[in-house]
Amino acid sequence: MSIVPISYYLVLSAVLFGLGIVAFVVKRNIITIFMAIELMLNAVNLAFVAFARAHNQLDGLVFVFFVIVVAAAESAVGLAIIITVYQNRQTLNLERINLLKF
Amino acid sequence: MTLPFIMFFVCAALAVIGALTLILAREPIHSALALVLVMVSLAVLYLLLGAEFIAAVQIIVYAGAIMVLFVFVIMLLNAGVEERTDYSKLAKFAGLPLGIFLSLALAYWMLESFIGKQIANGLGGTNASVSTRELSAQLFQKYLFPFEATSILILIAILGALVLAKKDE
Repeated sequence: MSIVPISYYLVLSAVLFGLGIVAFVVKRNIITIFMAIELMLNAVNLAFVAFARAHNQLDGLVFVFFVIVVAAAESAVGLAIIITVYQNRQTLNLERINLLKF
Repeated sequence: MTLPFIMFFVCAALAVIGALTLILAREPIHSALALVLVMVSLAVLYLLLGAEFIAAVQIIVYAGAIMVLFVFVIMLLNAGVEERTDYSKLAKFAGLPLGIFLSLALAYWMLESFIGKQIANGLGGTNASVSTRELSAQLFQKYLFPFEATSILILIAILGALVLAKKDE
């Protein structure tokens, strides 16, 4: 049984990361932008697992574990911030949340 | 075409379609469901790479906990159709080509780097899956301090979320 070359996974990871950046820049809804960050983290995780497989080392997998934990903490705090912003400004559109904009 | 190849291409296509739907969907809830699709197909890819534990954590924590939190907040804030604001002219015409270029350039750099070339030359590539026992031994011996640090991080995140989302008196 032949296996899929690791480079295929790396290309997929790069494409997903690029799409994540595009979503981050294009979207206007603050929640969707937050989801774009999660997409980029996922793409990096895929690269970590692929490299761990290529080198036959477990450290990459442990790093993925830590990335997932940090993403969970980040999304908990981030969504709380989003709720607070919505309570204060009644909008989720980033272009209307411009208090710090000069 | 063997089974792993077919699995890989199906899951890769699903992941890319999900990511595109995330960008193109107007309603945040559709974007969230597309992201769930991406995460599930990535979990299948982790299984294909032999990382069973990571695949399970991906489903349970990412697709389960984090995305439920997102959907919950979307429902709570009643987030409807995204307002279309005026893009800048530059973003309208140059955005998509530049995004595609960014993806391809990133992929090219990854493959042309030193490690990428090593991998292309067939470094590694065993079929055996990583046992969860080895992974946990690594986690609780070599990475014990970072592991304990993450527990404090989670505690702080819980406190922070509670303080932020609490109604002001």
